[in-house]
Amino acid sequence: MPEGTPGARSGHALSLRNLSKYYGATAAVDGVDLDVPRGSFLTLLGPSGSGKTTILMAIAGFVEPSGGSILLDDKDITRLPPDKRNFGMVFQGYALFPHMTVADNIWFPLKVRGVSKADASTKIKNALELVQMGHLAERFPSQLSGGQQQRVALARAIVFEPDLLLLDEPLSALDKKLRADLQWELKSLHQRLGTTFIYVTHDQEEALSMSDNIVILRDGQIEQEGVPGDLYEKPATKFVADFLGKSNFLQGKLATKQADTFAYVCGGQTLVQKGAPDHAKVTGDILIALRPEKITLTPQRPSTTNAVAGRITAFNYYGSAYHFQVGTEAMGELIATAPAWTCAVEPSIGNEIWLGWEPDASVVVRDR
Amino acid sequence: MGGSSQQFRYWMLILPAVALMLIFYVFPLIQVLWISVTEPVPGLGNYEELFTSDFLHKIWWTTARICLLTTALTVVLGYVVAFAMAHVERQQMTMMMFCILLTFWLSVLVRAFAWVMLLRTQGTINEFLQFIGLIDRPLRLARNEIGVVIGMVHFMLPLAILPIYANIRTIDAKYVSAARGLGGSAIQAFLWVYLPLSRPGIIAACMLVFVFSLGFFITPAILGGGKVVMISEYIRVAFEETLLWGKATMLSSSLLFGVFLLLAIVGRFVDLRRVFGSS
Repeated sequence: MPEGTPGARSGHALSLRNLSKYYGATAAVDGVDLDVPRGSFLTLLGPSGSGKTTILMAIAGFVEPSGGSILLDDKDITRLPPDKRNFGMVFQGYALFPHMTVADNIWFPLKVRGVSKADASTKIKNALELVQMGHLAERFPSQLSGGQQQRVALARAIVFEPDLLLLDEPLSALDKKLRADLQWELKSLHQRLGTTFIYVTHDQEEALSMSDNIVILRDGQIEQEGVPGDLYEKPATKFVADFLGKSNFLQGKLATKQADTFAYVCGGQTLVQKGAPDHAKVTGDILIALRPEKITLTPQRPSTTNAVAGRITAFNYYGSAYHFQVGTEAMGELIATAPAWTCAVEPSIGNEIWLGWEPDASVVVRDR
Repeated sequence: MGGSSQQFRYWMLILPAVALMLIFYVFPLIQVLWISVTEPVPGLGNYEELFTSDFLHKIWWTTARICLLTTALTVVLGYVVAFAMAHVERQQMTMMMFCILLTFWLSVLVRAFAWVMLLRTQGTINEFLQFIGLIDRPLRLARNEIGVVIGMVHFMLPLAILPIYANIRTIDAKYVSAARGLGGSAIQAFLWVYLPLSRPGIIAACMLVFVFSLGFFITPAILGGGKVVMISEYIRVAFEETLLWGKATMLSSSLLFGVFLLLAIVGRFVDLRRVFGSS
């Protein structure tokens, strides 16, 4: 978030220094270093078992780290109990207190801080208005839909103006359309509050659509971090390319090297690739990640630098797009997508088509 | 029509249970009620005593006092044990459960006499306390209400632990985490979140212990040393020794109505179906 916005002024910064958590001999979190900028929206993204939830629970104070430290604005909070951290948290499954009304649930964090209900009433009302739940204040959680419970949980987590807001897969229990709506709401809430958000999810779409920064975790370590666009366009590893979006992987051998491009041989066919930042080091076996939407589909051989012939083996129609599986002789099965209304090829199984892409459409990735 | 034959089968299947209830519960109960208004002379004379006899008032009051005290102590202690059981490793939980059920299987007579041995003036507890110099003269722990309450609490503990444990085992740990995460101390999280969520278990335990306590007579008779007379003991004496069946059945019926009244009052404030496990 740029300087001068409310977030940059009021939000807090969080840092993890060499954070580890061992369960017996297994490392759930293995030496993670991370800086969360003031007022930013940071997402910890990874498959189950990647350590993302453990990191969040360590930040919240529910998991005691085996090693390393957690700093809030350079103040060490590693050993602080959860209730002394002043962080808001939205739990997976919301954890709304079933024996309290919506208003009392939201009062709770103020009540434990010694605020009477009468004094808290304006704040409760404002928090409910913020999530458009003002009319349901006297309901009990069991009388609310999933999306409404989610909003109440959010209001409860922000009503006491926490230093950080931690969100543990808050949208995972909701249906797809509601999830998409709430992504917009969460993002706009973040902009209005200026609080630092740390968001945990395994849903790459949520991560891409809402975050300022994404941290991709794998086996307790940071695989790659960066802004969403960079991570999507320039994945460093096969894991990132595969986890964030979909990708074809072309395994090849280096043939010739130019100033900023090189040629490689994949399945007997020579293809050209724009060089990676560490272009000089490229040797021998190489792995290329090619996004399905960056492939142009044509009935005849295209004029693109790289072109491969294939046959449609399967396709799905999604209204806005076609997803194709194309069998090629040189590199096996490839996936490609095309906007449905401008699709140049006839979508029918067995149809012979050409796949084309430019050297800068794909990226060189490491296989870790 | 399928419906009526279905219904016929339904009634046939529950007939044995209904018959059993009628023969062994409802019929004797009606007989008790009948005797209470016919012995020694027809009329409500027996029930009149409820309001006029100072002696009965005293017994009722003793009974109520001991039962309330027993219930309060049992439920508090039972809650502590149940809470521990719900939060230890599975193996330790099994061990605790075994110990609790073990005391449950011991004869109530054996336990009452064991308590007498422990609590009497020259008993283990008094001698130990004197030995370590904490007291000069023995405490009067048996042959009074203190002894009765100790013995009853011991007997009732499983009845409190089991429903409370069954209830708090189902409380999701995430609620306590949420309370802590929102800034609540451990005590606040317990008092404002955990305890209210365990209310159904506490109410079930209270009802169970209180109703059971009302019918107790062996433990009070032994540990009270004849000085503490509770209503059940008095009923037994009236039935077996003084042979005042009219009075005995009147007191039995009153006790039963008292329990129903209590259930009705509690039922106004809590959903008893939920408390006793049907949802």
